[in-house]
Amino acid sequence: MNRRRVLRGLLNGAAVTVALPLLDCFLDESGQAMAATAGPLPLRFGTWFWGLGMDAEIFVPKKTGADYDLPEELAVLAPVRQHVNLFTNFRVLTDGRPNLCHYTGWVGIRTGAAPSGRFDLPAQSIDVNVADAIGSGTRFRSIQLAATGNIQHSYSFRSVDAINPPEISAADFYRTIFGPEFRDPNSPTFAPDPLLMTRKSVLSAVMEDSASLAKELGAADKARLDQYFTSVRELESRLALQLQKPPPAAACRVPAPRGQDIPVGTDVELVSARHRAMTDILVMALACNQTKVFNMLYSDSGSTLTRTGFEKTHHTLTHEELINEKLGYQVESSWFIRRAMAEWAYFVEALAKVPEGDGTLLDRTLVFAHSDQEFAKIHSLDGIPMMTAGRAGGALKSGLHIRGNGDPVTRVGLTVQRAAGAPVSDWGAASMHTSSVVSEILA
Amino acid sequence: MSGRAQYLRMRLKQAAAAFMAILFGPLTSAAVQPSARTADVVSVRLISAEQYANTVSAVFGPVPTDSVRLPPMRRTEGLTSVGAGTAVVTPGTLSRFDAMARQIADAVLAPERRAVVMPCRPKSEHASDPACARRFFAQFGPYLFRRPLEKAELDTYARVASEAADAIKDFYPGLSLALAGMLSSPKFIYVTERLESDPLHPGQRRLDGWSRASRLSLLIWDAGPDAELLRAAGKGELHTATGLSRQVERMLASKRVEAGVRAFFSDMLMLDSYEVLTKDPVIYPAFTLRVAGDAREQVLRMVVDHLLVRNGDYRELFTTRHIFLNGDLATIYRIPVPFPEGWQPYELPASTDRAGLLNQVGFLAVNSHAGRSSPTRRGRALRELLLCQKVPDPPPNVDFSIIEDPNAKFLTARDRLRAHSSDPTCAGCHRLTDPIGLAMEKFDGAGQFRTTEKGAALDTSGDLDGAKFADANGLGQALHDSAKARSCLVRRTYSYGLGRPLDKTDNPDLKQLEKQFADEGYRFPALLRSIATSPDFFALGATAAPSSQLAGG
Repeated sequence: MNRRRVLRGLLNGAAVTVALPLLDCFLDESGQAMAATAGPLPLRFGTWFWGLGMDAEIFVPKKTGADYDLPEELAVLAPVRQHVNLFTNFRVLTDGRPNLCHYTGWVGIRTGAAPSGRFDLPAQSIDVNVADAIGSGTRFRSIQLAATGNIQHSYSFRSVDAINPPEISAADFYRTIFGPEFRDPNSPTFAPDPLLMTRKSVLSAVMEDSASLAKELGAADKARLDQYFTSVRELESRLALQLQKPPPAAACRVPAPRGQDIPVGTDVELVSARHRAMTDILVMALACNQTKVFNMLYSDSGSTLTRTGFEKTHHTLTHEELINEKLGYQVESSWFIRRAMAEWAYFVEALAKVPEGDGTLLDRTLVFAHSDQEFAKIHSLDGIPMMTAGRAGGALKSGLHIRGNGDPVTRVGLTVQRAAGAPVSDWGAASMHTSSVVSEILA
Repeated sequence: MSGRAQYLRMRLKQAAAAFMAILFGPLTSAAVQPSARTADVVSVRLISAEQYANTVSAVFGPVPTDSVRLPPMRRTEGLTSVGAGTAVVTPGTLSRFDAMARQIADAVLAPERRAVVMPCRPKSEHASDPACARRFFAQFGPYLFRRPLEKAELDTYARVASEAADAIKDFYPGLSLALAGMLSSPKFIYVTERLESDPLHPGQRRLDGWSRASRLSLLIWDAGPDAELLRAAGKGELHTATGLSRQVERMLASKRVEAGVRAFFSDMLMLDSYEVLTKDPVIYPAFTLRVAGDAREQVLRMVVDHLLVRNGDYRELFTTRHIFLNGDLATIYRIPVPFPEGWQPYELPASTDRAGLLNQVGFLAVNSHAGRSSPTRRGRALRELLLCQKVPDPPPNVDFSIIEDPNAKFLTARDRLRAHSSDPTCAGCHRLTDPIGLAMEKFDGAGQFRTTEKGAALDTSGDLDGAKFADANGLGQALHDSAKARSCLVRRTYSYGLGRPLDKTDNPDLKQLEKQFADEGYRFPALLRSIATSPDFFALGATAAPSSQLAGG
């Protein structure tokens, strides 16, 4: 039973005059009152990724601290600057391991360690650490989204064989969140679906029936079976959650279903349409307490995005495009980065637009954004741009530019994990191991 | 409904039920109670989406399997089917298995299918019937678990179905939920291979019959075993040369081998990458997303037609002029076809510039950029996919300053690559890729024929490891003549069948298989036969520790 069904039911009946005022007054009761009955508002954490870095000449502000200047590649962030911390001149250290183009950078930032090869993911990703700490209690432990529409594009993983698959279509993502299994937290009525209980007991029986398998397995396969069981338990607790009336979520507004899906393709216009559609659904998934952890990928590492009428992909351009002598940068490559930043601004604004409690959804969220390289033309690992948005429920300041003086990127990774509630005192491997947070942004 | 129609409908139902009973009736060996298992599991492979779909539609008849989509597994040693040996079911993956299983179970037990599928009728549709549920799982369970069910397992699923039916007061939805549970069980989605004591060699162990059956049917049909194969496994026939050979011949003669061939070549040729293949709509307006899907199907039709229907020489796959076209592809080929709807075989003229598998739209377009061709990508793909070689990544400090020179006026890819390769750090790898990739330059980034690039004539000459050629057809011939191409196919097929990466200890087997492949005139079904009947295929060797394989560099 969800609100739309209630509404439809009421409309079909004689209670039309009651229905809408009831709904309005119900929604008006949001804010403090609702938040109070629902207990403290949850903290959310997510990542946002774009490929191919930036050009420091036109990206890195001259000024550090608050009110930093916005050079032309960042200019589009003006409306959200007060929400965004920018981290420059932090480094991914490889300790003699190769710089695997478009791989070492993001793996270093997400795991705190340099990979030894293309199929090495040395630790679980940062969002998984956070989800392990705060991800329970909502329907989805975490949500992955790839605006590129490619199912291979996910940088969220427990291991190289356990990569969390992304949603690749806005329409499917809508169904996942707001489809028939969605229970509107603000619905005045709640009737648990008896099928859910039955599904749950079927799953338990299947687990029981399979438990003896473990005895026959070697250590590595046993670990894989354990991960299967962990996944089943997670599904069971999702079903259990569905059986209880969800606590009200004041900011939750169920979005209208999507009509036609965005066609497959890597053209920037398609990708940004997909990104915006997915963002709008995600924001309400957060506000409606469907998940607390998310990963949004705008473009892939070594971006394969294209621009209509141009024969080279963004990636090829970064290597082959000449630096415009008059302007001093690669004009066409920079166009792609500016589009990425426009999408990042859209994303931050979408969270900031949703009022929640006495602030906004963004206030109770921490988004960690980063890329795979600094200057993509030379695959630089020094100064890969990183940003955060939101204040993590008051744990962090925002609107600051922090220069890292060549420190390991793990300082930023450690800071965001701790702010998001992961119990880590130190993080990272070898030269990137650190226990030093970026204290300038702590509130 | 008229009496006649009713009669026909009844006859049809009876015939269908009889058919199902023959194909998937209770196993005679269902009574076989595997004694307390002392066996160890030696490999655990995650089922692929295709294996899942092939299995359920073979067992339950045509059920809609469009919803069967799973996250990709890690490509290991060139094959995702090898990655299956280490793949993990994440919460996201399990959600998909769960949703898929419920959809399929509902379709299997939809009201209009019950008469065909059900081995019994419940006493009441509004209550549980443990005996009938039990018969259902006794009949179908073995095809999902790829072995007879133990008594405790049957008890469990009959009980689950009954509890569910009682809870919702409806027999079929209850049974459907229990079937969905079985379809999500690790016993179904993980293909496990077990050891047993070898009665012929006391003190030694061997792969048990059920595991052999699964290995065979996954290799040849890309699905779980059927009734006859499970029967043979239960009788121990797969441990004898005659019994094994009889089953392999039967399987190779079945139509289902086509699914097996499609699955293997989809994996080896990385056809999954076609799903997201898009081109710049301004530069290549004819290349729509539909074309990408068609290009994939075209590759598979060529492979099936050449290797199975014609029982052709694998080497000639690279020189054949027999292709398949539909309306969309015909536009790309600029060939008028009489029936633009649907597929039709087409024989390219003897004068064609594009004979062979690699000179068709799929390979050319997928190994290109969105708006232009890429000799380097094409060359790299050819080496990695068809010759089993590894082309190194470009160095991080790759320098394109030479080809960026605006005064140089490079018109063709050859000009650009020649300039780029004057840098010795680049030359090493580009020597591997470019001389072969440039042969295909008469096909643009969408696989369309052209004679010039930016007005400049195209030079398509080159060499493949010393074998010189003048054009794309010559490259196909060079690949035809390449011993590496043949040994690569043998290597990939063997690794695919074993479901694990190969190592040095497999070399003698590979040598033997290569020789047999040559003796048989490079016929692919013969290669499958050689592998499936080779004693080494079931030998333990490296299989004893496949899952300890860790991700390397």
